[in-house]
Amino acid sequence: MRLLDWIDARFPASKLWNEHLAEYYAPKNFNFWYFFGSLALVILILQIVTGIFLTMHYKPDTALAFASVEYIMRDVNWGWLIRYLHSTGASAFFVVVYLHMFRGLLYGSYKRPRELVWIFGMLIYVALMAEAFMGYLLPWGQMSFWGAQVIISLFGAIPYVGEGLALWIRGDFVVADATLNRFFAFHVIAVPLVLLGLVVAHIIALHEVGSNNPDGVEIKKLKNGQGIPVDGIAFHPYYSVKDLVGVIVFLFIFSIILFYMPEMGGWFLEKDNFIPADPLKTPEHIVPLWYFTPFYAILRAVPDKLFGVLAMGGAIVVLFLLPWLDRSPVKSIRYRGPLFKTALTLFTISFFALGYLGTQPATGLYTLMAQIFSVIYFSFFLFMPFYTAIDKDKPVPDRVT
Amino acid sequence: MKLIVGFLLYLIAFTSSYSYAASGKMQLDTIDIDLSDKASLQRGAKIFMNYCLSCHSAAYMRYNRMGKDLGLSDAQVEESLMFASDKVGDTMTVAMRPKDAKKWFGVVPPDLSVISRARGTDWLYTYLRGYYLDTQKILGTNNVVFKDVGMPHVLWQEQGYVRKDSNNQLHALAGDETTVSEYNIIVRDLVNFLAYIGEPSKIQRLAIGKWVLLYLALFFFVAYPLKKAFWEDVH
Repeated sequence: MRLLDWIDARFPASKLWNEHLAEYYAPKNFNFWYFFGSLALVILILQIVTGIFLTMHYKPDTALAFASVEYIMRDVNWGWLIRYLHSTGASAFFVVVYLHMFRGLLYGSYKRPRELVWIFGMLIYVALMAEAFMGYLLPWGQMSFWGAQVIISLFGAIPYVGEGLALWIRGDFVVADATLNRFFAFHVIAVPLVLLGLVVAHIIALHEVGSNNPDGVEIKKLKNGQGIPVDGIAFHPYYSVKDLVGVIVFLFIFSIILFYMPEMGGWFLEKDNFIPADPLKTPEHIVPLWYFTPFYAILRAVPDKLFGVLAMGGAIVVLFLLPWLDRSPVKSIRYRGPLFKTALTLFTISFFALGYLGTQPATGLYTLMAQIFSVIYFSFFLFMPFYTAIDKDKPVPDRVT
Repeated sequence: MKLIVGFLLYLIAFTSSYSYAASGKMQLDTIDIDLSDKASLQRGAKIFMNYCLSCHSAAYMRYNRMGKDLGLSDAQVEESLMFASDKVGDTMTVAMRPKDAKKWFGVVPPDLSVISRARGTDWLYTYLRGYYLDTQKILGTNNVVFKDVGMPHVLWQEQGYVRKDSNNQLHALAGDETTVSEYNIIVRDLVNFLAYIGEPSKIQRLAIGKWVLLYLALFFFVAYPLKKAFWEDVH
């Protein structure tokens, strides 16, 4: 190992390896929910690698973009595979990230001392939404165009500066070549750089305080003679081999979709996006991609455009405040009282319901339901300081079970 | 785990509600697409080249790629399927100028490369069998799926004529019954071909998919015991 010694004298290679893998002690009781962090990292790498190959053939020009995607699908060697990996990967990213965030809710992983882990994670989520939104314009199909047109026009609701702001974002009076070019730049360089930086910050913050676990107990409180938490095991090799199994299972499900139903019945690749963008022809239904539909439903539930936009933004902002809204001393759902369990159940139902309603026309009963579920969504956060303070929590054990 | 299953069911529910919404009010006939049926694809290609490719292009599809996937040599393609181009490596473009097309049909006939993915194969199958005689129309025909469509009934020689009764049912004119049932097969071949040019790589995709899944399954049976072995001393 003379080469490693040579490197270690100049660069902390072994130190980094040990601090973050071989001597990073994670609780030994991680369950199913703890696969999604490493899976998100796998998908991030997949998206970056496939994205690099796509940019070699894609043309960010309104006259060429649609055709260049079909060129990738037909004439580029393995282009269809690279493109489907990227398009299926985008949806898979959101599936995994939503499950990862839900894990945080279940086990109170956002609570002290992990507030910054949560904040960095939320910033990753916001960056990811921006990344997905701008990436979806690039194929330049009808849904690309009209989706971007609708969402950018929302900025127009802001008083005084709104219209100017929307114009500034588009670089034209409608979504056009200027918009496509700048979205390409953001999608390919700017946002991925931010994402990578945030992911590093997320992991550094996590490794500083240590991982939470399904019991929500701090394993660092009980250490053995060598200063190693008694309920901790080294991330590598224990969790690296375990996560490898998780990655294989994930790739199996991912491959079923990729090879046998890459459109996912119109939810991963929409039918209307196989028609080139036409600024003169509005599609019958403009539906955002599935991962935005809960927020789209909240937007449309409010009759006033400006307040709708504020509600939609608020629905994401409240998530940032979670560590300070939750007043319970208990982290894990296992030892929480009935009030929190009920609230989390209602919140989960309303999130799914809003996701469904966001895909339906905003008429009559649908709008009423979207309003009811929006109220439940916000109530989960607004009343949290009260119901978590008076909840009948159970005693938390000293060690993981 | 329960939540994962729930989430997948949720996605499936999404999927079905979408296809329902996309089909609209009109009940579409269903068609089975079989990209391994090379004879059907070749017949479909012939109809496509003879009837469709004078007005509609398929500008992302190359002749030689089609030949390779359909089991035809370049010489066979050039001789029997290539009327609009002279190089076998060309894409399927048409000579008609968009400006003229607009003047003649009211719209520019859309490119058909990915029409099967935009409209769906059931829609195409029903649409192409949905023409009926309508004296109100300047072209003499109308369509039950696509009302007042700009395209004339190009395939009338293959189908014969059809009229619509007061219950919106289509009936072959007397003497045309046999051609109408044979016509279903012709349209099926054509739609099969349109599905093929919509995604030629689908043939590869389906062929490779099972090997990828098999590899992952084998990998699982290596990785899982490995995990078990490493975790033996964790209590």
